[in-house]
Amino acid sequence: MMPSRRHLLGAFALPALLAPALLAPTGPRARAATLLSFNDLYSGVSPLGLIFSAKLQGERGHSVTMRGFMAPPLKAEARFFVLTEKPMALCPFCSSDADWPDNIVVVYLSRPQTFVQYNAPITVTGTLEVGSWRDPDTEFLSLVRLVGASFHAV
Amino acid sequence: MRTLCLSAILLSSLAIPAGAATIYPLDRATIMAGSPFDLKVEFDAQVAPQDVSVTIDGQPAAKMLGKELSFVATEPGTTASAVLARAVTLGKPGHHSVTATAGNETKTVAWDVYATPAKPKAKNVIFFLGDGLSVSFRTAARIMSRGMTEGKADGRLAMDDLDHMAFIGTSSTGAIATDSANTMSAYMTGHKSAVNALGVYADRTPDSLDDPRVENIAEALRRTTKKSLGVVVTSELEDATPAAVFAHTRKRADKAVIAEQIMALKPEVILGGGSAYYLPQNVPGSKRKDSKDLVGDAKAAGYALATNAAEMRKAPRGKLLGLFHTGNMDYALDRLQLKKGTVSKFPDQPGLVEMTKVALDRLSQNKDGFFLMVEGSCIDKAAHPMDWERAIVDTIEFDDAIAAARDFVKTHPDTLIVVTGDHTHAASLIGTIDDNKPGTEMREKVGTYAAAGFPNYTHTNGSHYPDTVDVSRRLAMFAADFPDYYETFRPKMDGPFEPAVQNEKKQYVANEAYKDIPGAVLRHGNIPRNEDTAVHSVDDVVLQAAGPGAEEFKGYMEESDVYRVLADAMALAPTRRQ
Repeated sequence: MMPSRRHLLGAFALPALLAPALLAPTGPRARAATLLSFNDLYSGVSPLGLIFSAKLQGERGHSVTMRGFMAPPLKAEARFFVLTEKPMALCPFCSSDADWPDNIVVVYLSRPQTFVQYNAPITVTGTLEVGSWRDPDTEFLSLVRLVGASFHAV
Repeated sequence: MRTLCLSAILLSSLAIPAGAATIYPLDRATIMAGSPFDLKVEFDAQVAPQDVSVTIDGQPAAKMLGKELSFVATEPGTTASAVLARAVTLGKPGHHSVTATAGNETKTVAWDVYATPAKPKAKNVIFFLGDGLSVSFRTAARIMSRGMTEGKADGRLAMDDLDHMAFIGTSSTGAIATDSANTMSAYMTGHKSAVNALGVYADRTPDSLDDPRVENIAEALRRTTKKSLGVVVTSELEDATPAAVFAHTRKRADKAVIAEQIMALKPEVILGGGSAYYLPQNVPGSKRKDSKDLVGDAKAAGYALATNAAEMRKAPRGKLLGLFHTGNMDYALDRLQLKKGTVSKFPDQPGLVEMTKVALDRLSQNKDGFFLMVEGSCIDKAAHPMDWERAIVDTIEFDDAIAAARDFVKTHPDTLIVVTGDHTHAASLIGTIDDNKPGTEMREKVGTYAAAGFPNYTHTNGSHYPDTVDVSRRLAMFAADFPDYYETFRPKMDGPFEPAVQNEKKQYVANEAYKDIPGAVLRHGNIPRNEDTAVHSVDDVVLQAAGPGAEEFKGYMEESDVYRVLADAMALAPTRRQ
């Protein structure tokens, strides 16, 4: 269900144009988006690091759809949001003793969209990017991203 | 030049310090003789260097400290001046009066420099820190683990038999309330500080790594002894409590820097979670923003590396780095029984008891003794979201680790054991919750006074843990402060409790995931809506201790006073022989 109070992520549009590497107009390839779950992302987890799964690697550059929760954003004008497997009880952007889960996915939207309640699950479709990348504006480091993405409430 | 305004003249005439400068260390600081600290004076305004005077006992500070003070005309982020001298020492025990003056600004503080006995009382010190260890968790752990018949406990916790005790005041320099950073920092340096600060006084500049430092226990041990150093936790190694043993930062969130500061002091044994800050940024799972490889560096420095319990058991002699989780390790309840949380991803995490035994076995090889800090990290992490069963079971595990240390002491009587919390939670045990009481409303099933009776936990598994926490007549705990949340009156068997989540206005609202649990009721919070979970309380902590040196714990003590007892026990600042 969509929230009654909406505010536009107006600032998403402009900065999105400033990230050509991420948001090159290649867009999703011409095939149906593959469903990807959080469990599909990594084939192994150990204290020495996470191992990208073959399925994740195979979908690089393709259009994928993921279901999850929108974490509280860094700031209203943030140009991305973090997709988490479960709703975040703590806000790592706001609280110094909270930390992100290992398996987050960072979503860069193709156009402004309204926020949803963080309690509500959403479905995101975008082009999958895999690999370490730091957001130049916020220094936020991500490993798995959906770019040129759009989402809707489930 | 300077013009004095009327109000300043009036203030001066009233003998109130006009534009009072701030001197670090603060007034009434206790400083171990010979321990390096940073002296900083922050003036309220821009002053001229020739007008600045800093004296100690009436003598120029530079002469007393053997070091010139550097002048900062304009401090970053301010329009005011400061003077600073890094890593100075005072060797002479006693009271010292420090006065800083510049123009019409003046400030005087008193410092107490202390020495220790010439000879150590204890060869080893084991410091047990239960994060958030409130009296209610001890009581609940005793009843849940040992049982109770006709009002008398059927057994005692290991911590119950430590024979010296004190009430500990936990407040920070900036508020009556406190967090795990400044509290443990007070224990580990002898200086109180501000919320979020570790091993520093909190100055006014924005840089979190330039604040005036004080020596911490790891540095003091390295400077004055050949003892081994160990830390065992179930949190991230960079979390506030273990960080306070080693680190200097205004911001406990500087975890990448903290990991480096920990390893720079080369602890002989260091076991816990938080590997994400040990991995270079290109490794998936890393939380570093640089390419430093602390695991690789540790191996090169001769550390054995263990990433699970099996590897820890097989690790060769020598220095040991145990990294058992990328983040915080799982709660004892999940590790031992429920297999929830992240146990499926990290299935072979060692428990606190085994880690403590491994650390004691290794550290006790040093003929000069050791200092070991063991933290029951996750008592607090469960207390915040009001996940009482997880907090209580972690308290039982913490107590079992204390029991292991008490076994060690039987053959190593020259060991001081200290058990304390860093702060408390406003959680109280008020009775029981009995599913078999009539009705559907859960509040009518809360047994109070005589109706509380006794809980019906069973113990057939040969451990101090109940067979299950989900019994029909269980302990009833509630918090005095809370965000909006659904009270379910039940243990959270499906995974750790997440009582509130943020909405689009950045306010924490009740997590709807618990709404449909039978009997769940919405409780409207009584703390600001930007608080995600229940908060720390200001109530005193109870410290207990046993062994040589423990007799110094008595009455009411400030958290910073505890460091002096540790220093005395190990004779870290022996009075110079004539």
